[in-house]
Amino acid sequence: MTAQLSKTLRRAVLLGAAFAFAAPAVAAEITGAGATFPAPLYAKWASAYKAATNNSLNYQAIGSGAGIAQIKARTVDFGATDDPMKPDAIADAGLVQFPAVIGSEVIIVNLPGVNSLQLKLTPEIIAAIYQGKITKWDDAAITKINAGVPLRSMPITPVYRSDSSGTTAIFTNYLTKAAKNWTLGAGKTLSWPTGSGGKGNDGVAGNVKNTVGAIGYVEYNYAAANKLTMTKLSNASGKFIDPTAASFNAAASQADWAGAPNVTTNMLALPGANTWPIVSATYILVPAKAADPKKTGEVLAFFDWAYKNGAKLAVDLGYLPLPTTAVRRIHAEWNAVTRK
Amino acid sequence: MTDITAIDLLPAASGRPRRSLGAERLFGGSVTAMGMIVLGLLSAIIVMLAIGAWPTFRSFGLAFFWNPVWDSVADKYGAGVMVYGTLLSSAIALLIAVPLAVGVAYFLTELAPQAFRRPVGIVIQLLAAIPSIIYGMWGFFVLAPLLAAHFILDVADLFAHVPVLNKVFDYGSGNSVFTAGLVLAAMILPLITAMFVEILAATPVVLKESVYGLGATRFEVVRHVAVPYGRRAMIGAVMLGLGRALGETMAVTFVIGNATRLSPNLFAQGATIASTIANEFSEAGFGSMKLAALLGLGLTLFIISFIVLAASRALVAPRVVS
Amino acid sequence: MAGALASRRKATNLAVAVLASTAAVIALAVLASILWTLLARGLPALRFGILTTSMAPTGENGGLANAIVGSLIQDGIGMLIAIPIGVLAGTYLAEYARGSKLGEVTRFVSDILLSAPSILVGLFVYTLMVATTRSYSGIAGAVALAVIAIPIIIRTTEDMLSLVPVALREAAAALGAPKWKVVTLIAWRAAGAGMLTGILLALARVAGETAPLLFTSLGNLNWSTSLAKPMASLPVAIYQMASSPYEDLVQIAWAGALIITVGVLAINILAQLTVGRRR
Repeated sequence: MTAQLSKTLRRAVLLGAAFAFAAPAVAAEITGAGATFPAPLYAKWASAYKAATNNSLNYQAIGSGAGIAQIKARTVDFGATDDPMKPDAIADAGLVQFPAVIGSEVIIVNLPGVNSLQLKLTPEIIAAIYQGKITKWDDAAITKINAGVPLRSMPITPVYRSDSSGTTAIFTNYLTKAAKNWTLGAGKTLSWPTGSGGKGNDGVAGNVKNTVGAIGYVEYNYAAANKLTMTKLSNASGKFIDPTAASFNAAASQADWAGAPNVTTNMLALPGANTWPIVSATYILVPAKAADPKKTGEVLAFFDWAYKNGAKLAVDLGYLPLPTTAVRRIHAEWNAVTRK
Repeated sequence: MTDITAIDLLPAASGRPRRSLGAERLFGGSVTAMGMIVLGLLSAIIVMLAIGAWPTFRSFGLAFFWNPVWDSVADKYGAGVMVYGTLLSSAIALLIAVPLAVGVAYFLTELAPQAFRRPVGIVIQLLAAIPSIIYGMWGFFVLAPLLAAHFILDVADLFAHVPVLNKVFDYGSGNSVFTAGLVLAAMILPLITAMFVEILAATPVVLKESVYGLGATRFEVVRHVAVPYGRRAMIGAVMLGLGRALGETMAVTFVIGNATRLSPNLFAQGATIASTIANEFSEAGFGSMKLAALLGLGLTLFIISFIVLAASRALVAPRVVS
Repeated sequence: MAGALASRRKATNLAVAVLASTAAVIALAVLASILWTLLARGLPALRFGILTTSMAPTGENGGLANAIVGSLIQDGIGMLIAIPIGVLAGTYLAEYARGSKLGEVTRFVSDILLSAPSILVGLFVYTLMVATTRSYSGIAGAVALAVIAIPIIIRTTEDMLSLVPVALREAAAALGAPKWKVVTLIAWRAAGAGMLTGILLALARVAGETAPLLFTSLGNLNWSTSLAKPMASLPVAIYQMASSPYEDLVQIAWAGALIITVGVLAINILAQLTVGRRR
């Protein structure tokens, strides 16, 4: 038996070695890591890019904070974050930052008997919930604007991001701008006084799914794909609005990319009767001068392709492609990047 | 075995003593070197953890081990919440798994037909080999929603007016320390059961028969003969299960809820050491205090595992076979 | 038996029997639920395409081919590293260091490594290989798996070698064989089946490990067999897809869970058979 085994083993080892060292026809392979917010879209873009050019992109959705940490450590070819870095931080780390696509956040709830887009919420109510001031679903503030919605005296569990998250940054920046009673500040991580944490957008979605009476904030895709119960939100004009492509666009179209400082814009709580209040761009970080500049060149080539060919894929998933004014600014930024 | 002849064994007929001595030294040296590599490996792991965690202990001192504040914003870290979650979820796991394992082992060795024992024993051993991520997925897709839908609300309502217990069984989430404890219980159950079955079955028949001869019932034989005989090994088995539960990552991460806050509520979200490391490691930049804190958590887990291992070794007879 | 005491003892015996049976039913129910979930969700999701297509985003009929191959590579290389070290170190403990203080310390250290949480091994290899080379890599993943496998192989090798009868060794020595021949030609052959079982058990263990791969080989959405780059693995792919919001990816995750469970069980059964054969 041992003799037979060793012959098979020998064959297996040889086969394995052949496998390990046989490289397919050399095509570019880039690795990126960061925000979960745009992850479903980057995966789709990567797949289409591979079909078109045979170059592959490996994107790992580990959260904006982790993406920034990993690109600073140069363990990946690019980082992705929804919370743009400040100019001096970018310069310190030797990076260049530019936007990739625009997405939106929605509020999801787990309330048996309440249908999607039935419940109405205002930023003040959301702020009070996440600060622990409103603790039950039948609170007067909520029932006042939701006549006819079955709300029981059930405790509310606010769900937030347990990891360092650009989605949190967008959410808290929105509350800072739109809710007068929000005192916790804004950023990728917060000291949440109450509630529970989920890792990644998918973790928050899963947490809300598994907790009756929970409320959470996620990127639109995660709510739509999971068929979670979304809510209406009141915007700056006081109207309760549904999260749709039209309302996302109403916000995105107001952004002034041509005059945007550092190619970053704020699309939160913008005026307009049909505007969705939580819309934001998401950003990419590349080294200004990497150890292997060709890799950075590949990264920029990918995003260039995405700007030109990825618009339909983005819209299909509920994201918004960047307008040409933005793309022009981005190309100007790329002059600072060593690509060869 | 039959293809070895005396000639193979002889070191040197004539004229080759030196090469044989060389071969002896080479082999002896290699095995010793490999043994030392093992020592080196452990030392390297401990040193790496200690060096990496040093900034944390320098800033927060020994209080790091129990301080329940884990604040990523203010960069202040303490392992209290994670240690609590780790110990609590493992305790729940043992409290559920050990009695069940005893019951199943008793059932298999005393009540079930003899022919039953071997196949079921094999099935249990195979179950013990299932990767832990499967248990995590089961917990996330099946157990947590089940608990969230009815169980937690009902139990919380039940204890709502009982003074102390209503803080322990308060309204919470399907993703909680309690759920993590249940998932861990399911995971270590086959392991402990398989060992208990083998320990009980290893009781010398002579001892059991002599007590049967005195007219004892099945239960009395097990309680007064088999268990005392195998007590040390059973404790060792429990310790082994405990060790697995303490360090488990994947089974727990799906359902623990990731709240870095202490709460007496069993149904509140929590965090264990392993789940926190898994969740937050990629966000910790090189040289950051967070990375040091996470390595400090790793060191804490190592110390806890070490204590459990040392205790189990002290309690169990040495595994000397002749 | 007669009298009140006797009937009390009988009642106790019966009560315990009922409790034990209940425990058995509960335990069986839980474990059956897990297996049932695995089969009910995994079997429908299994299609041949999963074995041949690489991971793809939602709606594109992706599979797990790159993850399966990545696992095979990392498990294989991890075992290639671990087997020589484990077998030789186990031989050291069983043959060369019996009763010595150094041997006892080494055995103790090996036991500590055996029960060390696998996530700590991942941290260690990250600091050692990923942080220094600034790159997640398949080889780092393989090394992490090797570190987990080594103590298992040491333990089983040592135990199996201890079972070889002293008489066999003495007979060889009486013929004038040097120690290394006694060990390699006699002891290793006698304990061979048991040692092989230990190796298979170690393989089954590392094949199911997820945590150490999270920080070492990271994961790769594409087909890649390069050891110097991030490499996909089945457990990590399952972990990533299981929490995806897309139903079709969750299905693939369950199919992967079924594949990995079947694989691990197959190796375990093989190990059981190996031990059984030689006895």
